Amino acid sequence: MTLSPYDYCFWLLGFLLDVYVVVCTIARKSFLRYLPLNLYMLGTAASESVGYLLTHKYGLNSTQYMYFYYYSESLLCVFLYFVIMGFYKEVFEEMNVSKYVRTATLLVLACTMLFSYVIVRHNQAHLTSRFVVALGQNLYFVGVALTYLLWVALLKLRETRARLVQLVLALGVYFSALAAIYALRNLFPSLETPVLKFLIPWAGAWLPLAWAYTFTKVSEDARLAPSRLTLGAAAR
Amino acid sequence: MIAALICVISFCALLQFGFSSSRSVVAASRETALSDQVRRAIGIVGKQIDGGEFARLLQLAGLCPVQGADRLEISMVRAYHGLLRCLEIAARGVVPRAAEWIEEERQNCAYFVAVALDRRIANSRGLLAAQMAGI
Repeated sequence: MTLSPYDYCFWLLGFLLDVYVVVCTIARKSFLRYLPLNLYMLGTAASESVGYLLTHKYGLNSTQYMYFYYYSESLLCVFLYFVIMGFYKEVFEEMNVSKYVRTATLLVLACTMLFSYVIVRHNQAHLTSRFVVALGQNLYFVGVALTYLLWVALLKLRETRARLVQLVLALGVYFSALAAIYALRNLFPSLETPVLKFLIPWAGAWLPLAWAYTFTKVSEDARLAPSRLTLGAAAR
Repeated sequence: MIAALICVISFCALLQFGFSSSRSVVAASRETALSDQVRRAIGIVGKQIDGGEFARLLQLAGLCPVQGADRLEISMVRAYHGLLRCLEIAARGVVPRAAEWIEEERQNCAYFVAVALDRRIANSRGLLAAQMAGI
């Protein structure tokens, strides 16, 4: 099985957008301010490049590529938790609670590691694709929960920084889309090839695309009232 | 069971985040006031623009020779507007209150395109003025 033009397009698009986000933050002198985000983007670009080389060397259905794909994806997902924690730190900056945020980061990481270890240990006899789908589903769902809590904190604290709000919302869309896709893959394995494999590249391209848009179009000084953005506010 | 629960919760979160994300793009244009010239050109009186004007404003914006770098945003708002139309059809008769806020959102989308049109007209005028000055 080889890569289709559709796969190539998304691969290239994802890689270019990852690099673009990093270049954009460097050009706007905010690389260090968004360090976890930039490291994640660099990690994704590196993972996409290595994945591309592996498919050419061993093929798309090879064990080498499969292991690399799922392990790198899980690692990058854990890395995204650090991005969320970076956002938490920024939101709670004025409250001087960075010590607690750091502790919470370590706690979340420790819990995720423990949870993953328990699952791997429990399933070591049958480390099948079904298992990695279940693991991905759980990891992304933890991301949904963390991002949702962050969104609630943004609303409660009346955060008005438009860039931060849009970065968080983009992350929320990414996590929830992938958690839903992985849960559907888990529930209906027969849907995987015709429908869900088609959706995963779209969800994967969303995050760098939305972040690239935010860093290009939304200035650091732009302000927005997040309370006006909720479904409840719209209904009122 | 857990997978089904995760699927439902994630789908609800996706709707909430997606809706808020689209709204953040549209809401930003509300801070910009429309020029009198564009108001006269598109025939608006008052602050509100009818949601039904969206397609006409989009066509007008497409006619501008200088289209600027707002194509991506306009495509996003067009997709959001399409989603609102689908929601309107789905919610008709089932959730009567929904029609009110869907119309409000469609008005915001129309306003967003009017702001883009205003910006494009201003860009075209600037370009024309620069060319005339060159002659």
